[in-house]
Amino acid sequence: MRLTDTLRFARDAATGYPMRTTLSVLAMSIGVAAVVILTALGDGARRYVVGQFSSLGTNLIIVLPGRSGTGGFNPANAITSTPRDLTIDDAGSLRRLPGARRVAPLAVGTSEINYGGKLREVMVAGSTAEFIPIRNFELAQGQGLPEEDWNRGSSVAVIGAKIREEMFGANPAIGQLVRVGDRRLRVIGVLKSTGQGLGMNTDELVIVPVSLAQAMFNSNTLFRIMIEANSRDAIPGTKDRVMETIKQRHRGEEDITVITQDAVLATFDKLLGALTLAVAGIAAISLAVAGILVMNVMLVAVTQRTGEIGLLKALGATARTIRLAFLAEAAMLSAVGALVGYLLGQLGAFTLRQFFPVFPAYPPDWAVIAGLSTALATGLIFGVMPARRAARLDPVQALMKH
Amino acid sequence: MALIELSGIERRFLLGDTTVHALAGLNLQIEAGEYVAVMGPSGSGKSTLLNLLGLLDRPNVGTYKLEGRDVTTLSPDEQATVRSTRIGFVFQSFHLVPRLTAAENIALPMTLAGIPLAERNLRVTQALKDFGLDQRADHKPDQLSGGQRQRVAIARATIMQPALILADEPTGNLDRHTGEEVVNLLEALNGKGVTLVVVTHDQAMGARARRQLVMEDGRLKADSGAADISNLAEISG
Ligand SMILES: Nc1ncnc2c1ncn2[C@@H]1O[C@H](COP(=O)(O)OP(=O)(O)O)[C@@H](O)[C@H]1O
Ligand SMILES: [Mg+2]
Repeated sequence: MRLTDTLRFARDAATGYPMRTTLSVLAMSIGVAAVVILTALGDGARRYVVGQFSSLGTNLIIVLPGRSGTGGFNPANAITSTPRDLTIDDAGSLRRLPGARRVAPLAVGTSEINYGGKLREVMVAGSTAEFIPIRNFELAQGQGLPEEDWNRGSSVAVIGAKIREEMFGANPAIGQLVRVGDRRLRVIGVLKSTGQGLGMNTDELVIVPVSLAQAMFNSNTLFRIMIEANSRDAIPGTKDRVMETIKQRHRGEEDITVITQDAVLATFDKLLGALTLAVAGIAAISLAVAGILVMNVMLVAVTQRTGEIGLLKALGATARTIRLAFLAEAAMLSAVGALVGYLLGQLGAFTLRQFFPVFPAYPPDWAVIAGLSTALATGLIFGVMPARRAARLDPVQALMKH
Repeated sequence: MALIELSGIERRFLLGDTTVHALAGLNLQIEAGEYVAVMGPSGSGKSTLLNLLGLLDRPNVGTYKLEGRDVTTLSPDEQATVRSTRIGFVFQSFHLVPRLTAAENIALPMTLAGIPLAERNLRVTQALKDFGLDQRADHKPDQLSGGQRQRVAIARATIMQPALILADEPTGNLDRHTGEEVVNLLEALNGKGVTLVVVTHDQAMGARARRQLVMEDGRLKADSGAADISNLAEISG
């Protein structure tokens, strides 16, 4: 029998029994759709977290006061009291460190901003000129903090988009004097609106020179020191040098924690990648189940069409012809199921993205390819047994079953 | 050379502990172009004989030569080719594929044999005309009467232009009138030289054949042709 005839024969046979055909196509499509949607969720989560971390800045090394037992990332370090504070001079000592492109100290606190009788509470970040480029913040208007002596900051401020909106409305903000705490500061820049993310929300932030912030909060400690390494490869070496430099300054005591965003990111990336894989594996089980269903459906088809198989043999069909016809039918059921499932899955992922726009729920290519090929392969493999059974039927016995 | 030459054929079936001799000690020659009716009581081995002739079944003992070639030793695929090209079947219960149209059912042996579509369409159109089915080409079997179904089946049996047509009680499911029509069609085919072997219960129909075989308990009880050689000469001559 010719290939086109085999395919047409298989197609007619499949459409001739709509109930069982629908059933197996449905089972197969649910399996494939599950793979597509679940991996879209898993990979979406991975991308979301990676994206959020990347938005903190690239090749970032962060120095926290206080020692961490494991050397890894431990949020508890952020609140434990520390034996020795990080100072502006500690940060300054890192400026000429090989491998470090930018260094910015960071002191934070809350204060009030006052302009034209309007008052509101704000988050104040005390830092230096390089803070904005390290954190990948963008300016909507004006400029960032000036390059100057870190210990003698000028009375200027860069404000977040929402603060500008509330304080100034339609009026120009650049060049205006605002009161922050007990200081009068000149607004020199406005940040672009970023919205809520994993990092701090800059919309309600006021950035001032670090020495000013420390004076404002009456403290000379830093919350963090941020270092941008020259490249991804430079991160480990730079991290060690940072550790060594601060240790020397702190009389040989390792009383700081140095974390790299890279390490945290890699951990999350691996974790969520593994999660996606596991989820894909679970979904693949449903594909195997669908394959077994296709096999059962085909076995029923062979029983149902025993008389027809006997007739085909009487009309001169070889065993191979009959095998191919039934195999083509099984392949067709799984191929259509896979296609329908793929479309359903993409539709599901699309719907997810519509409802959660920040969540990049795209199925990864490997999952789509693996899902589709698993569907086709199981359909074929599980189609072999029924096809062979059909081809081996005794024609006389088969003809009697009409 | 005879078209069919059976010698020492035995076909046994195991039913539980008992062996049924469906065919035993069967020797038979059928010349090309003959018209043979196989008769006998139910269970006498008529269908078994026909299945054997059609290469759907193999004997336990004995040889079957078709057109001088021993076909009992052929591989299943070679037998399929012989069935495809040399033999046409007509069954009591028509055996049409329900989801295929009349035209597609007629074309089925050609489709299975891998004959190109254009050639198939040409031959099917002719066959539909020959068997008075032009108006029924696109009808499914369940939209056809019994007589029309059997005509489709006969058209299908002849579409590969076989040398031998085997019909197992072809009128068994038809009323007398349509049965008559079907027999006429088969006889017309025989008139064009196709060898015809018909199994029938019907005495009157059997009598129309030029040669009658009567089976009993798997054995040939009577063979009108073997006695009447002149009859044979008349056909082949
Ligand atoms: N597949 C089979 N298994 C067991 N016995 C069979 C089988 N086919 C035929 N027989 C037996 O062989 C004998 C001849 O059967 P069959 O050729 O169908 O008779 P007929 O067609 O003359 O009615 C019967 O006794 C029947 O029961
Ligand atoms: Mg019978």
